[in-house]
Amino acid sequence: MKKTSSLFNAFGAVIKRDLLLAYRFRAELINPLAFFVMVITLFPLALGAEIALLKRIAPAIIWVAALLASLMSIESLFRADYDDGSLELMVMTPHPLSILVLAKVIGHWLVSSVPLLFIAPLMGMMLHMDTDIIGVLMLTLLLGTPVLSLIGGIAVALTLGLRKGGALLAILVLPLYVPILIFASSAIDAAMTGFPVSGHLSMMCAILFLALTLTPLPTAAALKMSLS
Amino acid sequence: MSEFFAMGGYAFYVWTAYGLTFVLMLLGIIKPLLTNKQILRSLILKRKREKTS
Amino acid sequence: MFMRFIYKFSSPPYFYAISGKMLPWLTALFLVLLGYGLYGGLVTAPADYQQGDSFRIIYVHVPAAWMSMFIYVVMAISGGIGLVWRIKLAEIVSISSASVGASFTFLALVTGSLWGKPMWGTWWVWDARLTSELLLLFLYLGVIGLYSGIEDKRVASRAVAILALVGVVNIPIIHYSVEWWNTLHQGATVTKLDKPSIHIDMLIPLLFMAGAFKVYYLIALLLRSRNELLEREQNAKWIDELLEEVK
Repeated sequence: MKKTSSLFNAFGAVIKRDLLLAYRFRAELINPLAFFVMVITLFPLALGAEIALLKRIAPAIIWVAALLASLMSIESLFRADYDDGSLELMVMTPHPLSILVLAKVIGHWLVSSVPLLFIAPLMGMMLHMDTDIIGVLMLTLLLGTPVLSLIGGIAVALTLGLRKGGALLAILVLPLYVPILIFASSAIDAAMTGFPVSGHLSMMCAILFLALTLTPLPTAAALKMSLS
Repeated sequence: MSEFFAMGGYAFYVWTAYGLTFVLMLLGIIKPLLTNKQILRSLILKRKREKTS
Repeated sequence: MFMRFIYKFSSPPYFYAISGKMLPWLTALFLVLLGYGLYGGLVTAPADYQQGDSFRIIYVHVPAAWMSMFIYVVMAISGGIGLVWRIKLAEIVSISSASVGASFTFLALVTGSLWGKPMWGTWWVWDARLTSELLLLFLYLGVIGLYSGIEDKRVASRAVAILALVGVVNIPIIHYSVEWWNTLHQGATVTKLDKPSIHIDMLIPLLFMAGAFKVYYLIALLLRSRNELLEREQNAKWIDELLEEVK
């Protein structure tokens, strides 16, 4: 019988555990979703229901709402495990911590951002967006939200040990989020003015792959440092 | 001379920029100097307290 | 020989003593460079045919912007050295650079606005260069905030080192933003591989000012590093001897 599990099994086990825990507390799944919907709803209430205006700013509203929802939910990435000691156990396993971190972030993304992806087209239609623009919006969200979770993971790991980490987290995370927002909005801008979007989307793909490979390393380093 | 201060009509912009730079850089030197004195003073007091205890 | 110098230099009492002796000389050098730079920039350099005298803001704006990026890179590299080799002085240099760098970033933004208003007609525009410079300010503030939030300063140094290294990606974005995107901000005139496209009479004071600001950074860095060192090494023996001299 094998004494230690393979890395692949460990990776799968971490994701499965997070999905199972999320399912057991599935009432909490609603929170980021409700926040997302409510933030988006505030804008037509504040700006008035003029269709042309809403159509122009709808992608921006949806992206900012997704950003804020990600910011709100990212704190729970390591919090529960930190509090009950399972994070220390993960750090002590012989598996490379960065891979386990990647598993945690993927699990977190599946639980908190994927529901947003399902609701976003509905929100887009509520804001009178054109269908093809909604398509581009969805692609940018699909490529961008994982990067938000990956980068957010670094900031959460850095502020894990702090008492009042929450406010500082926003200051740390938002400057790092801005480039993704800029690329996503330039892709959507291009689509709205009739230019091809493939270049912008390729750029976002590249950022996604860079983030997948590079961000787990500082996150793991920060976790080890926060636990010391 | 007054031509120099007028800066071709842009006096407000040029002198505010230079003035702000000058002030911030000066503060950036004065503050650590004052902090240094304060730290040394507090360390001396700390040593005195520890000696008598 | 050189390694022994580095080794000695990174010992706290040696660093404190040497930096104390260097400071008067550095101040003199700073004032000389500043004098030449200001005289050249405000008096000697001819007024720009398009912008008139407002272009003279360049002599504080550009050096401040250069310093904002240079200091961030120094902060990231020394932070990295402190992270990997656990050298105390590297950690101290890293965090001591943060507030100086933040001030220069703030100055770059404000002097840029003061130049932009008469030139472009607006205090601010959300183009790539200004936005990424603003991001740089937030990164600096994040470093300062994170460091002050963690009590154990050795752990805090490691945290900000990670943060600084992650944010260093912003620096090439700032520098190349004027090439990659269509921006309102003008392109590079000095730091490109071609001949600088600026008149020599205007360039020389700029280089003097850049040199002056670098020396200023060194002065501010040494002053703050000395303080940080005193706070960290409070109970060390060499402090006792130092305090004897100071009294």
